[in-house]
Amino acid sequence: MADSAYFDHAATTPMLPEAVRTMTAHLGVTGNASSLHGAGRRARRTVEEAREALAAALGARPSEVVFTSGGTESDNLAVKGLYWSRRAADPARTRVLASPVEHHAVLDAVYWLADHEGAVVEWLPVDTYGRVHPEALREAIARDPSNVALVTAMWANNEIGTILPVAELAAVAAESGIPMHADAVQAVGQLPVDFAASGLAALTLTSHKIGGPYGVGALLLGREYAPTPLLHGGGQERDVRSGTLDVPAVAAFATAAGLAEERRAGFAADVGGLRDALIDSIRKVVPEAVLNGDPDPAGRLPANAHFSFPGCEGDSLLLLLDAQGIACSTGSACTAGVAQPSHVLLAAGADPELARGTLRFSLGHTSTEAEVAALAEAIGPAVDRARSAGLT
Amino acid sequence: MDATPAAVPPEPATRLRVLAAMSGGVDSAVAAARAAAAGHDVTGVHLALSANPQSFRTGARGCCTVEDSHDARRAADVIGIPFYVWDLAERFREDVVEDFVAEYEAGRTPNPCLRCNEKIKFAALLDKALALGFDAVCTGHYATVVRGADGARELHRASDEAKDQSYVLGVLDQRQLAHAVFPLGDTLTTKDEIRAEAEQRGLAVARKPDSHDICFIADGDTQGFLADRLGSSEGEILDESGASLGTHDGAHGFTIGQRKGLRIGHPAPDGKPRYVLDISPVDNTVTVGPAESLDVSALTAVRPRWCGTAPAAPGRYTAQIRAHGGEIEVIAEPGEDELRVRFAEPMRGVAPGQAIVLYDGTRVVGSATIATTERTRPLASQSGV
Repeated sequence: MADSAYFDHAATTPMLPEAVRTMTAHLGVTGNASSLHGAGRRARRTVEEAREALAAALGARPSEVVFTSGGTESDNLAVKGLYWSRRAADPARTRVLASPVEHHAVLDAVYWLADHEGAVVEWLPVDTYGRVHPEALREAIARDPSNVALVTAMWANNEIGTILPVAELAAVAAESGIPMHADAVQAVGQLPVDFAASGLAALTLTSHKIGGPYGVGALLLGREYAPTPLLHGGGQERDVRSGTLDVPAVAAFATAAGLAEERRAGFAADVGGLRDALIDSIRKVVPEAVLNGDPDPAGRLPANAHFSFPGCEGDSLLLLLDAQGIACSTGSACTAGVAQPSHVLLAAGADPELARGTLRFSLGHTSTEAEVAALAEAIGPAVDRARSAGLT
Repeated sequence: MDATPAAVPPEPATRLRVLAAMSGGVDSAVAAARAAAAGHDVTGVHLALSANPQSFRTGARGCCTVEDSHDARRAADVIGIPFYVWDLAERFREDVVEDFVAEYEAGRTPNPCLRCNEKIKFAALLDKALALGFDAVCTGHYATVVRGADGARELHRASDEAKDQSYVLGVLDQRQLAHAVFPLGDTLTTKDEIRAEAEQRGLAVARKPDSHDICFIADGDTQGFLADRLGSSEGEILDESGASLGTHDGAHGFTIGQRKGLRIGHPAPDGKPRYVLDISPVDNTVTVGPAESLDVSALTAVRPRWCGTAPAAPGRYTAQIRAHGGEIEVIAEPGEDELRVRFAEPMRGVAPGQAIVLYDGTRVVGSATIATTERTRPLASQSGV
């Protein structure tokens, strides 16, 4: 069956036609951006123009853009790289302060540092919306400002959509000279993201969530930071990330980023309106459904709605909606495709049983009222059925 | 059947919404493919049965690794059906693994596959499937379900008796059978032909080795698995007169009829091999003796389950008392909560905890769990058991 409604833009969103055009235009062009001859120079020019466009869209300097293979690599580079370099400068710096609602790309990198590199991890407390408050960070730092390697907290949560006050958190970290990284994969294109104004040391973004191609992303990295590389080699990207750049992907990523920023205000308003309609229609049909995350639209991503359906297994709901051609996500991490209760909801203090029956609906630039209407029609019977199947 | 996938599946007399349990092996993949080719609306599901699955098959035997789940997913992709992984690890642990350990602890020899069919595939999974709007669960078992004259479902041995798996399905009742689809049961196909069919259908699992043994014991070391859970405690190995012949590390390590691994230093006076005759968890002793002492003339089994209506009177049946055992002639007398069975000829290696499945011709009548046996030659040191 053809997908009749796609509510998983937070997983990936269709490429913008403009980005497809940029990419295809460059696919047939030869040139390694590191080569010295004419073909190399042409490739390098494309990359540098992309770097400048991306920097302009995100309030960064071109030299602060480090291209990577995507969000996971950027998160790993920031978290591990900053930990290693900060600890190398002062062996006492082994404390990592992290939000517990991070994407696995941050979460598991932090766990790895604890298991293999002697990191002492402190998970920052969050409120019931999954938000870290600046006072909590200040308290954690104050216990010993000298031994903190880094702070990491995401700009907006990928599951429940809660926006974190990253600029305020970065300011608190800066008081003690501590670098802060934010995973802004979900924020870019939906919220104003200005790297310079944020005060962050490092910011992760990825292309395929904003209408660009897969397999390319960036770490915006303050010029005074030199994280220890994950990849050693030819010394590309400030010697922080070696590897031949994917020129067509980098160019298309920049096209998408430019358009995402240019269209952001209008997009956020439109998609927010559609999202509000989706929330209203679900509440009308399933009054007992619980909206997770911040109910205040100012506090959550405009394209995100995340619900718990009491008495239902998220897996069951997903299967039933999928059979109707409606794509959404249980919003939780998968190992062999097995849904685990969401660490985000558990960190935010949700009832573990409610955390099992969740669905994330994420909208994007192709979302329509007709899709919301299709969901409104399907969700009631799906919930009834899933509830009769119960919790296994 | 025509093994070439048809472009447009034929419309079957009754188009069912079928949930195909896909282990990642070749049988369940071909079963799902056949159900889809027959025109049913098939959805694949892989059951995650281990809380901490191993990543790869290396060293693992069965169907519970991440790689197996991937194989099942790829088969579903090729068949062109939706596919999901359902986490039934908790139910599996409670109903199958813990039962398995407890049975060994009690000196019995359980069959976890029967237990899984009874409690997981045709209970937890079937119930969830029905609630979600499916009509049936499909598996790769070699057995046949037919509709009898009165409309009731009958479970029969597979057409190819060499591959027949009706023994492990003997626990299914009428309701469960009414919602079971076994696409592999009704064709005379060798395993090679099933593999060839998988190959023709483009299924990459065509050449995957068969799974063996117990899926949740990855390295195949059942004794090690039990020792990890039950610990080891030294006990005595006795002969039939009660004289000590040596020691063992725990009575749970033995099965009635077992000959290997007894570790008795000196040979029997008659020079003949000795077998485990009795396991007594209460005093942690294992009694051994000659093969003749294993002869059993009758048994009593508990928890009878009938595929259809329970037989009202004692009758002549054939029976199977282990998964790969032959058929034996019996007279079975169904009681209230038990089944008494008398063998036409003395039987050896009758292990409490195993299932006895009764057949009438190829039809499965029912099953029960062997509780006690009656020896032809009562053990000198024991009264009964």
